[in-house]
Amino acid sequence: MADRTQWGSPLDAASWPPRGIFATVRFEERPFVGKLILRGSADTREFLDVSRAVLGFALPTTANTVAVDGDLAALWLGPREWMVTTTPEREADIAERLCRALVGQHAAVTDVSDGRTVIRLAGPSARDILMKGCPLDLHPREFVPGRCAQSQLARAQIILHQIDETPTYDLYVAPSFARYLWAWLVDAAAEYAIA
Amino acid sequence: MLRIPCPYCGPRDETEFAYGGEAHIARPQNPATTTDADWADFLFMRKNPKGRHRERWMHARGCRQWFNVERDTVTHQIVTVYRMGEPPPETPR
Ligand SMILES: [Zn+2]
Repeated sequence: MADRTQWGSPLDAASWPPRGIFATVRFEERPFVGKLILRGSADTREFLDVSRAVLGFALPTTANTVAVDGDLAALWLGPREWMVTTTPEREADIAERLCRALVGQHAAVTDVSDGRTVIRLAGPSARDILMKGCPLDLHPREFVPGRCAQSQLARAQIILHQIDETPTYDLYVAPSFARYLWAWLVDAAAEYAIA
Repeated sequence: MLRIPCPYCGPRDETEFAYGGEAHIARPQNPATTTDADWADFLFMRKNPKGRHRERWMHARGCRQWFNVERDTVTHQIVTVYRMGEPPPETPR
């Protein structure tokens, strides 16, 4: 597999905001995160068992939740669809092991690592910033760490994953929308800038 | 703006959904022996009622699943939602 890091990431050129300009939110790109789309039936014992054997934990079967173990995570995207994420460059190995284990089953594993980049937004203002352009109910009673959802932010399609109670969010967005969304987020965060 | 309860994800804004027209329209089993009139009926004729309407929606920006909605076309009230392949629930008028 080609070395992705040679090509640069979608937000390499995003020099704004400079580090520390916002007191209550931090922007960061997590480039080259490994991403696999895993499809199979959650009603099939065999599919769930094999997936658990490879990943080391059970795929989440509750809608819009995430299972995490070390550098592996599985995000529920649909009743027969998950996104498995891992550290850059590790996805090929995971994909190969899943493929081999799922031979003969009605299942699919697709490497979509280049299909989206990840914007990490962390800090006490992160929720308020997202609420300016996202139709999801992000109230801490409703959307908590370990939750994920596919939705829209400022009309761009995103997968949102809340990591912790800071709150920290990971936003998965298509490369072609990344710079637009980054610029929108920086603008939405303007009121939290220092002086 | 409608708030549509996806049977998988729960209530979401209408902007996340795509509309799929009237539900429960079965494709003729044998197109070769179907008359032009019946075929046209299948392709083009829809109820367009004033009131309760069973229709298909897809959670396009979410879990991407198709499902059925019973909606009042006058009040926009969503009476019930149910998954593909499930029979329409009995709904009180
Ligand atoms: Zn849904």
